[in-house]
Amino acid sequence: MDMKVKKKLALKEKFALMTRGLAWETSYEPMEAVYPQMAYEGLRIHNWDAWEDPFRMTMDAYWKYQAEKERKLYAIIDAFAQNNGHLGVTDARYINALKIFLSAVPMLEYNAHRGFARLGREMRGVGPQIACQMQAIDELRHAQTQIHSLSNYNRFYNGFHDWKHMSDRVWYLSVPKSFFEDACTCGPFEFIIAISFSFEYVLTNLVFMPFISGAAYNGDLGAMTFGFSAQSDEARHMTLGLEVIKFMLEQDPANLPIIQRWIDKWTWRGVRLLTIVAMLMDYMLPKRIMSWKEAWELYFEENGMALFNDLARYGIKLPDCTELIRKEKDHLSHQAWNAFYTAGMMTNFHTWIPTPEEMDWLASKYPDSFDQYYRPRFEHYRELEKAGKRFYNTSLPQLCQVCQIPMLFTEGDDPTQIAYRQVTHQGDKYHFCSDYCRDIFTHEPDKYVEAWLPAHQIFMGNCFNPGDDPSAAGFDPKKSVLDYWHIAFGRDNMDFEGSEDQKNFAAWRDQATRN
Amino acid sequence: MSKVFIALQTNEASRCIVQAILADNPDAIVNRQPAMIKIDVPDRMVIRRETIEEEVGRPFDLQEIHVHLISLSGHVDESEDEFTLSWAR
Ligand SMILES: [Fe+2]
Ligand SMILES: [Fe+2]
Repeated sequence: MDMKVKKKLALKEKFALMTRGLAWETSYEPMEAVYPQMAYEGLRIHNWDAWEDPFRMTMDAYWKYQAEKERKLYAIIDAFAQNNGHLGVTDARYINALKIFLSAVPMLEYNAHRGFARLGREMRGVGPQIACQMQAIDELRHAQTQIHSLSNYNRFYNGFHDWKHMSDRVWYLSVPKSFFEDACTCGPFEFIIAISFSFEYVLTNLVFMPFISGAAYNGDLGAMTFGFSAQSDEARHMTLGLEVIKFMLEQDPANLPIIQRWIDKWTWRGVRLLTIVAMLMDYMLPKRIMSWKEAWELYFEENGMALFNDLARYGIKLPDCTELIRKEKDHLSHQAWNAFYTAGMMTNFHTWIPTPEEMDWLASKYPDSFDQYYRPRFEHYRELEKAGKRFYNTSLPQLCQVCQIPMLFTEGDDPTQIAYRQVTHQGDKYHFCSDYCRDIFTHEPDKYVEAWLPAHQIFMGNCFNPGDDPSAAGFDPKKSVLDYWHIAFGRDNMDFEGSEDQKNFAAWRDQATRN
Repeated sequence: MSKVFIALQTNEASRCIVQAILADNPDAIVNRQPAMIKIDVPDRMVIRRETIEEEVGRPFDLQEIHVHLISLSGHVDESEDEFTLSWAR
């Protein structure tokens, strides 16, 4: 008897069998009790089977391709370390960008891992469940590969030694930390809009394309490799974000206002977080491919708008904050570098004044703002340096209650006026960098009054080195806070010029290129 | 009209994938940056297995693209013969 043997399942069939086919409806517990977090955010979902899986990636294929990515990545990282690749970077100033990256990003990846591990359990449909489980593993991989790649720099340069401790404590690192903790304490659907849609789809292209391509341009194969390897998973993540949005909008028209509010909130939260990436691109890459403003125009205004145009058919509108964002793109990186340069005593990396050639480059990329507002300031600082009076800001800044960034942003239409907003809630005053952070607060004040603001905590005496006595004679609060953060004064912080990093890099490079 | 894009790491495999994309998408715009290549196409981009196989000279599983991929935009549709990105539905 002839049997019809089908050689190989088609991709769609195989995917259906190995994902949807693995799910079942519970019988002795109601589905609502098995997936208790699906209802409380107010979304209406009528039919989980309507979920479309854009990538037909089954678990076996997933492991196969992820293993291949890891093999490639570790081959490059090992070769880079084995050949002292760190001496091939354009300029030792660049290494300070990696100190920021290490103390800010792996912690974000790890929190993304935690968030998606939870969603892999909580999502009711098996399609999103599997996509979330894969993403949870991806994010853990991102954290690990970033830590592994950058650990090589710790053997040679200062400031890398205690990134985990610092990421939970150092003032500016509360910005990324609180962003992800805000997302992780949302309901499952808001979390996915925050991370998969706003953060990954709309914004991470700006971190992992122009900045990582810039790392490659500056000779850093290590950062290039983990950056692109992470972003290759991001394509799957972004697609998940887009599918979740479409799914929720198609399920019930009543979902639209809820989703719109989340998109507005998280686009703004993400844009604020990217302030530091703007600074990395314009001030910390010695060789530059494009300015922050150009990257923004390409990846947000052009590619991001294509996405919003597509969602318009569901009634989704461009977030109101995009108008202010458009105005801020001429100022963001300069205002951030000004803030870090003047706070250079309290940082786990070195700062510097751009060279005259770099200022000319900035002026050419920012014809409407750099020479008018920022060059005079930087030239003034340089004169002070020459006179032996390097300016350090020694006071603590007022922080925005929501984004936790010091009040450094200016009004959209007046770059000489710092923007302040204020709200009184239950008798206490709260401060904000913008209308949009204020609106996020007023919608959920009980959440944001809980914010752990580093400046406030220092004033309350919660950030002194254990064992130090603030009432003792000669107590130095600044030194005690730096000790608490594990930042070595005079070695990890302050100017690049004259630093151990600068001297060592020059000496080692000299050794490597001569007999 | 909106553009869709795909960005790939520059390496030997992606060189062939890029050749195939350019052959199948006459409106493609190539943008080379350090260590990466970005290809934009108005509205819709199609990546065909057969065209890539002609370039690499061996059987090719379209999901291998994931290994070289950096980023993309547009709605994804994936089968064993074609990988498409599009805004029009
Ligand atoms: Fe990630
Ligand atoms: Fe803010």
